[in-house]
Amino acid sequence: MQNSVPVAAFLFLLRWTDQSFLHGEGKKTVKLSCTLRGEVYRFHSVKEVLAKAGEEKSGDVMAGIGAGSSLERMAAKYTLSELTLKDIYENPVISAEDEVTRIIYEDMSRTIYEEISGWTVGELREYVLSHDTGAEDLKRISRGLTSEMISGVAKLMSSIDLVLGAQKMRHEAHCNTTIGEPGRLAFRCQPNHPVDNPEGILASIKEGLSYGSGDAVIGINPNNEAVESVAKILHMSHDFIQKWKIPTQNCVLAHITTQMEALRQGAPVALMFQSLAGTNAANDEFGVNAGILDEGYELMKSKGTSAGPNFFYFETGQGSEVSLDGHEGVDMQTLEARTYGYARRWKPFMVNNVSGFIGPETLFDGKQMIRADLEDLFMGKLHNLPMGIAPTYTNHMQADQNDQEIAGMLTAVGGANFYMGVPGGDDVMLSYQDTSYHDDASLREMLGLRPLKEFEKWLQKMGIMEKGRLTNRAGDLSIFD
Amino acid sequence: MNIEQIVEEVLSEMGRSEKAEEKHLQYEQKKEVTVADPVSKENIEYVQRLTPARIGIGRAGTRMRTKNYLDFRVDHAAAQDAVFKDVEDEVIEQMGLSLLKSRAVSMQEYLMNLDAGRKLDDASADWLKNHAEKGKQVQIIVSDGLSSTGVEETVPDLYLSLTQGLESKNITVGTPVFIRKSRVWIQDEVAALTDCELVISLIGERPGLATSKSISAYIIYKPGEESVEADRTVFSNIHEGGVPPVEAGAYLADVIERMLENKASGVAFARLK
Repeated sequence: MQNSVPVAAFLFLLRWTDQSFLHGEGKKTVKLSCTLRGEVYRFHSVKEVLAKAGEEKSGDVMAGIGAGSSLERMAAKYTLSELTLKDIYENPVISAEDEVTRIIYEDMSRTIYEEISGWTVGELREYVLSHDTGAEDLKRISRGLTSEMISGVAKLMSSIDLVLGAQKMRHEAHCNTTIGEPGRLAFRCQPNHPVDNPEGILASIKEGLSYGSGDAVIGINPNNEAVESVAKILHMSHDFIQKWKIPTQNCVLAHITTQMEALRQGAPVALMFQSLAGTNAANDEFGVNAGILDEGYELMKSKGTSAGPNFFYFETGQGSEVSLDGHEGVDMQTLEARTYGYARRWKPFMVNNVSGFIGPETLFDGKQMIRADLEDLFMGKLHNLPMGIAPTYTNHMQADQNDQEIAGMLTAVGGANFYMGVPGGDDVMLSYQDTSYHDDASLREMLGLRPLKEFEKWLQKMGIMEKGRLTNRAGDLSIFD
Repeated sequence: MNIEQIVEEVLSEMGRSEKAEEKHLQYEQKKEVTVADPVSKENIEYVQRLTPARIGIGRAGTRMRTKNYLDFRVDHAAAQDAVFKDVEDEVIEQMGLSLLKSRAVSMQEYLMNLDAGRKLDDASADWLKNHAEKGKQVQIIVSDGLSSTGVEETVPDLYLSLTQGLESKNITVGTPVFIRKSRVWIQDEVAALTDCELVISLIGERPGLATSKSISAYIIYKPGEESVEADRTVFSNIHEGGVPPVEAGAYLADVIERMLENKASGVAFARLK
């Protein structure tokens, strides 16, 4: 009997017309409530609706902001589906004193927003999925959306919704190679070593290249963050790329200020790395802000070794804010969307999502990790970003290789631009698992995807690949000796 | 040959053949070049010695070869078990530790709620109040943290070496405890309840695939309300393949002696040096 009771919802929302909402002046409480299956659910803010409408994630539970029951989650989803884009626009989850909020609002198109401000989030979902909506439509509408709207629509989408939505959007970028072309899939060769042994790093680079991994970037996480040490690895990787005439870019994933110092001292940097988060507080913990990123971009324009115009490699992931105690009561997924809204200002070459890297207190198991990866790919693409995914797990999560491979295949179907490539999937420096060189080659062959254009030619010249398939010569690092 | 003899022979044949089919396998992991027809096997062998990374392993199509794939899964299984298994009571008894618990009642709660592992449950707090020795110089805590394997395989030698070192220096030690499902910050509560000068936690580290036996030692001198992370001194990577446990125990005893003399730990202690 209970099942036949129609869902009834009542929505009360206080709206206001000026822009005072952005600065928290005379902050009014938004009252939202919904009757669902005979139960009344009350929400005190758009922020609360967003948090409770998300699929279950341990980080939101730990922060005490997730839904208390499955039906409360559905009440929040229903409420969210009836909110207009204007409701969300006027109620940013964090005020514009926060640099991330300010940049999201500064960079969006008011004109495009005005056209769609009356849509509900539920209508936005249907627009994304409609046969009549193509890549160009989504690229345009993206400019009228705040990150909270993008997070909101993803919360109303299932796994297939997210994959189909993501699949529609392709975003290209150029550093030395062009990433994101249809039919192509790139990889970062990630040859880390526990104590930065240059010969050890080089051996893993050769191994990766022999599997066709490394067209997105050859990117090394340093164990030693000292400028001289970082510069040494930059020189070593650059020289190797020059020697073998490899169409790619090098990068050492030290803190941005360290890379900038190395660059000023003449070290060859093709791509500049930085981790980003979705609140001012968390970015402070990362030691980064808009001023530093602007400076890094300008420095790359004048001193970097690459063509550009896309010089940045950003890493993001759900959970960084909650683990840094900088979440401000906002759910992990919405904070991740805000990170993308912030990142897009600096026109990155790669945005890599590493949800799953932190541990079970943010994403408990394989199911939560896979869900986060699908959300992030979709949300990143709806921000017009050249997204890649690192489906990762740590050893204290309830996830294993099977979960990781499922996440890899699903996001590859969704059209991720790139993945990582780690020897045997085991990062011996960072103590976590990521996609292996073998996985890289497998995803390409399984889906008929090719390496980036210039890099594919190089692989053919080296005798590593023919017609999109690895040759007998592939997988042997000693071909470089 | 009569029928009985024939039956006997057949039966004994069968018995033998059953025995012959018994198969015992000894799993071993060793680094070797498993690339089919490499240009230079010697070169691959050489670089395999330079990095613990899984290189020179070859492939089946685009996938890993069977043994390499299973090696990877064995290492992950060991790392997972290290987190999800409890430390055996026997190991705790052998070290003479009293068994206490944090507020985390399940592994799920422990992993998902950082706070639950940072506080003692009521019974454990009462036990410490009523039974533990008070006012000693050093209080030792063993915590499972994220690796029970680390506690089982690394802590026994480390603990013995540490306690012998402290004894030889005439440093007084309170009732040693093991706290199940506990994190580092629980040491602050234990220190308050036992009124010790200095507290040291030997705690299982987040396991990697390379080792799941690693232990860290966290030390703090007189923790209080105002204590911050920078007041804790940490020594990590204690295991057979890192800093050997016996060596680490003796070293920690020396460090504790100096901390007691200087009444400091963490950054303040580092500055003194």
